[in-house]
Formats: sequence, C-alpha cells, structure tokens
Amino acid sequence: MKQFSNRYIFIFSTVMVVIVAALLSLAATLLQPAQERNLEIEKKKSMLESIRIPATRENAVELYSKYIKEGFVLDSKGETVDGIDPFTVVLRNEQKKPVEQQSLPVFKAITDDGGTVTILPVEGKGLWGPIYGFVSLLPDMNTIYGVTFDHKGETPGLGAEINTTPFENMFQEKKIFDNGSFVSIQVIKGGAAPDNIHGVDAISGGTITSKGLEKMLLDCLAKYNDYFLKNRN
Amino acid sequence: MSNQEREPMFSAKNIKLLTGPVDQNNPITVQVLGICSALAVTVKLKPALVMALSVTIVVAISNVVIAALRQYIPDRIRIIVQLVVIATLVILVDQILKAYAFDVSKQLSVFVGLIITNCILMGRLEAFAMANNPWPAFLDGLGNGAGYGIILIVVAFLRELLGSGTILGYPVFEKAGIYSAGYENNGLMILPPMALIVVGLIIWGQRSRNKSLIENK
Repeated sequence: MKQFSNRYIFIFSTVMVVIVAALLSLAATLLQPAQERNLEIEKKKSMLESIRIPATRENAVELYSKYIKEGFVLDSKGETVDGIDPFTVVLRNEQKKPVEQQSLPVFKAITDDGGTVTILPVEGKGLWGPIYGFVSLLPDMNTIYGVTFDHKGETPGLGAEINTTPFENMFQEKKIFDNGSFVSIQVIKGGAAPDNIHGVDAISGGTITSKGLEKMLLDCLAKYNDYFLKNRN
Repeated sequence: MSNQEREPMFSAKNIKLLTGPVDQNNPITVQVLGICSALAVTVKLKPALVMALSVTIVVAISNVVIAALRQYIPDRIRIIVQLVVIATLVILVDQILKAYAFDVSKQLSVFVGLIITNCILMGRLEAFAMANNPWPAFLDGLGNGAGYGIILIVVAFLRELLGSGTILGYPVFEKAGIYSAGYENNGLMILPPMALIVVGLIIWGQRSRNKSLIENK
C-alpha cells in the first residue's frame, strides 16, 4: 500500500463526503414524491381494511372515495374543530402536545349494508419503534367493527404478527365499554378466555409489542371518551 | 497488479471465487461472519430471501467500488471509506425500495439499515476488495452473498416450518393434516437461540462431510 500525505487524505475525504452528500440528497429529492404517494395510498388502504374492505395498492384511492364519506377533527372535549384536514393530521406530532391542544381525527364510512362506521386512528410504541393503526366502531361506539395495525420495525414472526389477519380478526365484535365505563381492549398473555368480550390473545414472543398495543388502544381511544358518550346510539 | 497478464473472465480461479464461499469458505459457517443478522431475519422465509438478495447486491457493488478505488484510498482512513461506501449504497437501496417497491420495503423494514452493520460486508472489503481488481471483487461479492443467503434460507425454512407450520406464509402443516394427528408448533423455533442451534447443526453437518474444515489441534 502506498503512503499518502496528510494533505491528500484531507482532500480525499472532503471530496468523498461532498460526492456522497450530493448523491444522497439528489436521490432523496427525486424519490420524495413517489415515497409520499406510497404513504398516502398505504394510509387509505389501512383505513379501508379497518372497515373490512380488502383493498390493494391499485384500487385503494378509488375505494377510499367510495366508502369513506366524511372526516373531521375533534378536541379533547369531543367538540368539532374547524379548518383542519383530518387526513393530514400526524398523530405522533399531536401526542407531543398537551391533551387540550391535540387534534383528534375521526372518519365516517358507509359500509355496503348502509351502516355508518366510525374510524379512529391510533398510534403508540412497540418494541423497536412506532406501531399504529385504525380502529373502526359500530354506531353504539362500543363494539369494534374491525382493526388494522402496522408497525415500523417489529421483529418478523414475533411482534410483527400484529399486522396479520388472524391477530386483527380477534378484535372484531369486542367491546370497549363495560357497564358504561371505558375499559379499552386487553391483550392477554397466555390467551384470553373465549367469553372475554374485552380481551384478545397476546403474541407469543412478542410481549413488549403486545403490551405496547394494549397501551396504544387505551391511551388513544380514551381521548375520544366524551365523543363516544355524546354520539352513541 | 497492472502488468499481470490478462486472464479470462471466467478462469478457474474466478469461478472458485464465486463457488468457494457457498461451501468451502462459507461466510457464516466457516468464516463465522454475519451471525447477528442470521439470528434476526430467519423467523420467516420471505424476509430471509429479500435480505439475502439485498446483501448480495450491496456486497457485490461495494466490492467493485472499493476495488476500483483501491489505489487511491489512503490506508489510514480505509475503514471509514469502506463504511461510507456501504452506508451510501444501503441508504440508496432503502430509498429506492421505499419509492418503487413499497411492499418489499415494508417487509424488510429495519433490516435494510442493518445491512450496514453486517460483518460480511466489511470483511470482504477489507480482506478481498482492497487487494484485487474490480471483476474478481464482483465475483467474490456475489459468491459471499450467495453463501450467506443459502444459510439464511436453510435456517429460515426450518424455523418457519417447525415454528409456525408455514412456508412463505402457506400453511403446509395445516393442509397436510399434521395438527389433527396431534402435532403442535414448536414455539422455541421462533425464538432467536434456535437460529444459532440450527447454524451449529449446519456447521456440524458440513464439517463431518468435509474433514479439511476441522482445525488441527
């Protein structure tokens, strides 16, 4: 190996860093529109899946405008706030604010049988990173119609199982109120009893993700408590 | 190097670069590199497949880049230069997947970033690309990627089959009626230690077949 002067080493590293930086920022700028579009489609697809409409990336946008009719933002008292597009609310940023200032998005969908379903976004922490999803409720604001969950980087085969259909299907028909008080849904290690209307089975090997999911549902849905009480029928 | 006589593209030596790492000189079972990711991505077969492919691409391209630049890379900062090349490629792959293959990128999630820390990459750049021409370096990258991938796929196949009863998500055991015969999925298989045990079994098998791999006491 040749010996190089310090001067050469400095010039070499400077040039290398500049080239790499230029390359990466160019790639990021060029690819950004396509990436954002993907995220938007993904969000619409998840919302559709939470109301039991199986969507693909191709038809998600079309189905979204067919089924999801309305969206608005609430404050923590359950009052409607005007002037904010619920689709663009980033839950992670809202959760950093005090509860009184948070915007709580609500979406309303009409299903094929003509019923109205309320879709609420949820977001929390798994083991390695954020977990998020949508929960849809029947008009009694108590019974879960469907859920979708997803995650940024939970372990495949363990925590990542939260986004699989068998796990998500366990939530259907579960109740989030017990005798009029909000109890959310419990994710029970070792399995929930078959007659437990507030509990689902945790994932073996995914304890921290399961706990995070339980906390996510409790924290996020509790904020809608006033809205649930006022609007259930 | 430069006055070396030209050898054919696929000389016996170059072919050996490609096939050696798959068996004789396997990065996981013989060089014992890249064990960390062999633990993490082998619970299911699909992430293992994509991971194997991504590592192969990244190690092959970074080998070529480093081999092409090797005369100009100052010895004292070579490790940093190698890391920069790997990290740049991995970030580019990640960004391109996010834009054009969103589903694959979701499937891989954190593991794309983890390619950067895969010991095989640094190992090959330092041990091979710094001393060879781009073409042999490319073959060496492909060979090592394949050697890594083959172990990953074998381990993931066994773990997914015995741990979840599926292959690529298809419920093999359920369809074959093995559950009704009283079989239960082995929960231990989906936990990380079993990956090491499976790799250990593969090493055992390989060494009893090929005695030359056994170290002399």
